[in-house]
Amino acid sequence: MNINATLIGQSITFFLFVWFCMKFVWPPIMSALAERKKQIADGLAAGERGKHELELASRNAADSMREAKGQAAEVIAQAEKRAAQIVDEAKGTAKAEGDRMIAGAKAEIDQEATRARETLREQVAALAVAGAEKILRREIDAKAHADLLEAIKKEL
Amino acid sequence: MSAETHESSGESHEVHSSSDYIKHHLQNLTYGKKPDGHWGLAHTSQEAKDMGFWAFHVDSLGVSLLLGVLFLWAFRSVAKRANAGVPTGWQNFVEWIIEFIDTSVRGSFSGKNPLVAPLAMTVFIWIFLMNFMDLLAVDHIPELAKAFGLPFFKVVPTTDPNTTFGMAIAIFFLIIFYSVKMKGLGGFIGELAFQPFGKPGILVNLLLEGVNLIAKPISLALRLFGNMYAGEMIFILIAIMFGAGVGFGLLAGVLQWAWAVFHILIITLQAFIFMTLTIVYMDMAHQEHH
Repeated sequence: MNINATLIGQSITFFLFVWFCMKFVWPPIMSALAERKKQIADGLAAGERGKHELELASRNAADSMREAKGQAAEVIAQAEKRAAQIVDEAKGTAKAEGDRMIAGAKAEIDQEATRARETLREQVAALAVAGAEKILRREIDAKAHADLLEAIKKEL
Repeated sequence: MSAETHESSGESHEVHSSSDYIKHHLQNLTYGKKPDGHWGLAHTSQEAKDMGFWAFHVDSLGVSLLLGVLFLWAFRSVAKRANAGVPTGWQNFVEWIIEFIDTSVRGSFSGKNPLVAPLAMTVFIWIFLMNFMDLLAVDHIPELAKAFGLPFFKVVPTTDPNTTFGMAIAIFFLIIFYSVKMKGLGGFIGELAFQPFGKPGILVNLLLEGVNLIAKPISLALRLFGNMYAGEMIFILIAIMFGAGVGFGLLAGVLQWAWAVFHILIITLQAFIFMTLTIVYMDMAHQEHH
């Protein structure tokens, strides 16, 4: 329990320990701790950013999906319209063709009828002339009365 | 820390009475100048006392040095490979302690000084380790020392006032040094002379502030010394009980165990108090009073 030079020895030892601690122990560990803290903070920030980016990307994906769907629907609608149009056009063409053919047939029929009527008229005229000739054989000079005969033929 | 080892107390050895036993346990191994002019180890308490101031407590110095080197080596090994990667095992533990001390320093010390945190850590760990020696069974080390021919061996350096006063005085020097450095010599003396009563009460001020200043290292040293000394004394008293029959022996075993468990708290608490007060005193040294 005596106070003696141990006191001085302990003081010096203590100072040496503190000095060593301050020089070689404390700073490297503290800097490592600080660096780790920073790394963790960075990591967390990166994670946050990644999450944000993922959100953004999924939103983008949903957007393009919706757009693509819209475009597809539009394309389909257009195609349907075009198909209907083509069908309509085909229908129109067919109708026109049919009409044209009907008109042609009618015209031919008319022509045929006219021709037949003409033939009939000529034959009737010839018959009439022949009849009249038979009746008037003696009195009518075919040559002298040609214009008269022609007029009659026209009236038939 | 085991309780079974105290059979060696009392009768079975050269130490004959309880009083001698206690005295023997409280005597440091002293190295100094003997009356015949040679330097050597004191073999009795009286001899140690007669050596005067220029003598050394080999046990206190040796054990504290050993523990301090152990502490610095263990922590230095972590510091050398400290990195920002995932810490493992011992590194984790060291970092935990360092964070704890850093938090304490940040909480109490408002100035900027790279010395304070390492100082606090050295104080805490070193004192803790020295206190921890208290948990070794009180007879083991002295008996071992006897086998090596050493008359005494007090294994707990903090039960030696030289150790606690040595640290307290070192801290006292730091307080004075930083007070003068931060406030200037005039500022420091002015703080002592002109507070709290201003110029007219200069003598009272000097007395009050002087006592205040001197009380810091003394309270630091005595608190630690007193607690550890008392704790050690109780261990020794319990150890004496082992020699007083089976009933007392059993009781002593229980008491020994209980006191050791309680002591785990005390040694940590004392180390922590010493550290905290060191930080606070350093903070006061750095702060400008108005």
